[in-house]
Amino acid sequence: MATTEADIVARERARPTAPPVVEFKRVTKRYENGTGLDDASFTVRRGEFVFLVGSTGSGKSTVMRLLIKELEPTSGSIRVAGRDLAEIPRKKVPYFRRNLGVVFQDFKLLPNRTVHDNVAYALQVTGGSRKEVRAKVPDILRLTGLSTKLHHFPDQLSGGEQQRVSVARAFVNHPPLLLADEPTGNLDPETSIGIMQLLYRINRTGTTVIVATHDSAMVDRMRRRVIELSQGKIVRDEATGLYAPRDMTTAEFGALLREPAPEPKRVARDPGDDFDDAFTD
Amino acid sequence: MRFGFFFREALRSMSRNAVPSFAAMASVLVTVLVLGVFIPVVQATTGAANDVRSRVLVNVYLKTDAKPDDVTRVNALLHDKVAHVGKVQYVSKQQALAEQKQRYPEAYDLLGSNPLPDTFRVTPDKPDNALKLKDALAPAAPGGGTTTIDPAIDTVKNSKDDTQKILVATRVVKLTTGLLALLLIVASILLVSNTIRLSLFSRRREVEVMKLVGATDWFIRWPFVIEGIVLGALGGLLAVLLLLVGKIALLDPLINQFALLAAPKTIHLGFLVAILLAASVGVSAAGSGLSLRRFLRV
Repeated sequence: MATTEADIVARERARPTAPPVVEFKRVTKRYENGTGLDDASFTVRRGEFVFLVGSTGSGKSTVMRLLIKELEPTSGSIRVAGRDLAEIPRKKVPYFRRNLGVVFQDFKLLPNRTVHDNVAYALQVTGGSRKEVRAKVPDILRLTGLSTKLHHFPDQLSGGEQQRVSVARAFVNHPPLLLADEPTGNLDPETSIGIMQLLYRINRTGTTVIVATHDSAMVDRMRRRVIELSQGKIVRDEATGLYAPRDMTTAEFGALLREPAPEPKRVARDPGDDFDDAFTD
Repeated sequence: MRFGFFFREALRSMSRNAVPSFAAMASVLVTVLVLGVFIPVVQATTGAANDVRSRVLVNVYLKTDAKPDDVTRVNALLHDKVAHVGKVQYVSKQQALAEQKQRYPEAYDLLGSNPLPDTFRVTPDKPDNALKLKDALAPAAPGGGTTTIDPAIDTVKNSKDDTQKILVATRVVKLTTGLLALLLIVASILLVSNTIRLSLFSRRREVEVMKLVGATDWFIRWPFVIEGIVLGALGGLLAVLLLLVGKIALLDPLINQFALLAAPKTIHLGFLVAILLAASVGVSAAGSGLSLRRFLRV
């Protein structure tokens, strides 16, 4: 590849003119017992690295599951790479998913295949020949630092290594869009950095990356675009954001702690109370 | 290349899930074994029952002085006018005498003349209609007793009690064996489909992951179907081998002693083997392909 340093930098700074890869237009998703996503609109352009943050139940996973067409929106339209997801018939969904790489919190590896075969499966699914497998799989495993674990089974690997396999599998087809749902949720901070580096490196090859995460330290350190969700609504969208809207100063945090806590109340009368009363005189 | 890939996938999952695979194969084996024993038994029983029933006859005796004209007239009558007639066999005086002479030579040698009448042996179209046929040929007379439909007919006979007993008994036998066969088939289908579903259930996560990576339904399904075919064929083959061993070791020595075992109407052995193999392979392949449907909806 004849890419210069300048090229990479140019690609890395996602220009506002770059074509949108993901477009959410007034998307609402209601479940039977509540709202997953409420009137959310945002656009992710090619080459961007986006963090999706928010507390549990804020709708991050709903966004992810809508993007892989595991769920259908109640209203609104979702476009991925210019295609309206509502127009993709059920039969074509597998072909659509081949254009996405997906990384999950629980890795979702095939338990009775080796590392090599797990990654190869993503190629075989698309009809990749043995030659293609032999050419691409070792490459991607070297990139993710798994060359020595080729013939291990997933249960023989550490969590970090399993997640690397999962990233390798997601990226072996070189998809234009990579989704990661809590990729570091099960990992210690040290390992998390490794995984994030990997995702970042993938982003620098021009792949759009969307990461849903709780990992505030990581978000703060990377200073990428942040979209914050709260109860299904988009409450913040900053180009170089932090995990929290603004760092609380120590004084404010102290004030929060000093606020009078609610009085403890006894729900029902305790028989022990009578016992205490006996000693009051 | 594609088929090779699917086949290798199937072999891999069989060796990796040896115990469920063995369970599936064993259930096919047991089912085929039971079916293989039961199908000929059912057939022999119904065959024997039908054989007994086919002997139900109505005899139409003509008067001893019946002329050849009368014979042709009654024959035409039986063929065209009377309902429930299956087969009509004419036995002339001379034939009847010859038959009887063969059976009791001494007794008939004493006779100077032929005392036997011309006879029509009428087989009803269905054994159940024997009594109706008799009533049609010899309707009840107004003053009690019976008349006949033609003046040349002397009497119409079938041993009424025996016919009734035979009809009832054989019907019960046929119904029971039919019911047993039905129950057995239902049990086999339930057994095999449950085993398949269990072994698939343990792999539903695997299927989910495959779907997320972008595998099409058939890409996931083919290895499972091939696995079903291989396991079904293995189980079926083993069962057929056991059946053959059983037949040669146990059945063949007895075949000369029991008429039921030698009944000619049981299914041909090669045909039975073919049916059993086809059923075991077909059911397990279709079963694994269809049971997968539930897990493919991701």
